[in-house]
Amino acid sequence: MSSTAMGAARDSGAPPRSPRQQRGGLARAQRARNRNAFFLIIPSIVLLAVVIGYPIVSAIVMAFQKDAGLDAATGFFVQGGFAGISNFTHWLLQQCPTSDGGTTSCPPGNLGAQFWSSTFTTFFFTVVTVICETVFGFWMAIIMNRAFHGRSLVRTAILVPWAIPTAVTAKLWFFIFSVAGIVNSLFATKILWTSDDWPARIAIIIIDVWKTTPFMALLILAGLQLIPEEVYEAARVDGATTWKSFWTITLPLVRPALLVAVLFRILDALRMYDLPAIFGGGDATATWSVLVVQQMRQGPNAASALSTIVFVFIFLVAFLFVRFLGANVVQTTQAQQKGELK
Amino acid sequence: MTTAALEPTVNRASVSRRRWSSIRTWISAIIIVLWCLLPFYWMVVTSFRDVGYTFDTTPWPTHVTLDNYVTALSTHWGNHLGKALLNSLIIGASVTIIALLVGTFAAYALSRIEFRFKGIVLGVIMGASMFPGVALLTPLFQLFTNIGWMGTYQALIIPEISFVLPLTVYTLTSFLREMPWDLEEAARIDGCTSAQAFRKVILPLAAPAVFTTAILAFISSWNEFLISSQLSSDKTQPVTVAIASFTGSLPHQEPYTAVMAAGTIVTVPLVILVLIFQRRIVAGLTAGGVKG
Repeated sequence: MSSTAMGAARDSGAPPRSPRQQRGGLARAQRARNRNAFFLIIPSIVLLAVVIGYPIVSAIVMAFQKDAGLDAATGFFVQGGFAGISNFTHWLLQQCPTSDGGTTSCPPGNLGAQFWSSTFTTFFFTVVTVICETVFGFWMAIIMNRAFHGRSLVRTAILVPWAIPTAVTAKLWFFIFSVAGIVNSLFATKILWTSDDWPARIAIIIIDVWKTTPFMALLILAGLQLIPEEVYEAARVDGATTWKSFWTITLPLVRPALLVAVLFRILDALRMYDLPAIFGGGDATATWSVLVVQQMRQGPNAASALSTIVFVFIFLVAFLFVRFLGANVVQTTQAQQKGELK
Repeated sequence: MTTAALEPTVNRASVSRRRWSSIRTWISAIIIVLWCLLPFYWMVVTSFRDVGYTFDTTPWPTHVTLDNYVTALSTHWGNHLGKALLNSLIIGASVTIIALLVGTFAAYALSRIEFRFKGIVLGVIMGASMFPGVALLTPLFQLFTNIGWMGTYQALIIPEISFVLPLTVYTLTSFLREMPWDLEEAARIDGCTSAQAFRKVILPLAAPAVFTTAILAFISSWNEFLISSQLSSDKTQPVTVAIASFTGSLPHQEPYTAVMAAGTIVTVPLVILVLIFQRRIVAGLTAGGVKG
């Protein structure tokens, strides 16, 4: 607040007044500013509340309702009703209703039995893709940060994977990875990339890395460009090797921008849907999002419980990341925008 | 004497080191460009290949034909790529216009006015842009089924606002922050009215920022798949859904070449946009820091 008051004092440029008058005027000016800002921002907030807030609340309400269907105990069709936490235990503890009204662990093949395996798949994809993208993205950013002829060609080229819709990317690589496709031809292999468990997982990771490393590289590049060249020259004069100046100069200075980029990518990878859904791989590549969509038509209330669990998990990951690594998204991006990232 | 004798060797060593480093940069750059472009190139090459030579591995176009493009655009096998292109255009334009109309005000406030809770508002908008779309899907699926909106355009436009609007606000805010607002005051001092200053000074300066934001918003809508695949019908499905469910003349046989042609049709407009506006798109992506 004090800084905003100072800003106001600087802006007003009016002749000096008595301190009390001035404070009253400043408070009035600040109130007017708050009011103006409120009216400018409220349409966006209301719209977001409608398109995000409503579905969230609705999903939480639905998550505590039973899905209409055949009752396992009686064999009659039931309309639903209050479900307590059974929708949540269905996923977290993999419990399915039995004919005597109790619960048992879900049989294989039931979607409920897939929750933890899809959790593994989602986290596995997230960890591996984000690590690969960070490493390759850093490498690409360092190359693009050097002055050489054709630098803008590189910058244009890396935007191509980013611009291609993920649905097209999935289809394109589905062809590249098909049994008779170019990958198997080049390596003289007969791997079933699109249907075997591990080949499909590896293929999806490669595709995701291809598609999203450019985004990572551009964010890191933006951070790199804020480091003045003199710092490196000073280090060189002092006899630091390239490797050493990377660890002691580049990495610490680019850390805030890097953490924000990594956080974005983690949250994005946790909601991955398009690639596994279109490319294939079946249960082995079914992420959380895929599981929700499969469940949605079978029982929307159970699907709501699942999407609520997913939402909470993702929120927790973001919270822990910000808490322990100190990624301050708002501050960093603001500082970056002002060009004062240090 | 000794220094004079030493200097040329040092120079030669440093020159050769510099040359070696620039060669390494070049090799890296070539690897990056090939890695990024080859899959795309392969899609285009295959799209021009005769179906009989689908798996030909010649690195340049062979057995060139336009049949795949005819197949891709034909409605004979239940594909509606032409209609889907129009749908994507309608949905993308609507979402972009709505997001810009609403988001511009918020971006102006966030970039120009110091007010209470600014950090919180920014945080909320940032959080909204990272929101998992799948958490919106089920309730909207139920709601749209109940009110008979399934497969309508509004059922596709409304959910997309959830991620396009935050992206718009964020990108535009960072662009507006960098604008030389002092010029507005200068124009006022020179005798312009407030409206004139806005029209003659601010608008021409802000137009490129708004335009870039519009491109990013449109691309992110054009690329959306999850929500569209569940809430659209044959009549309203966008290109991403049309391509994912592309069917060929024979059941259980993937019409690879036709799909590659369809993919090329869908991607080429985007690649052209990227080529023309490369600099702006990079600026927008990194300023907003939000994935498109």
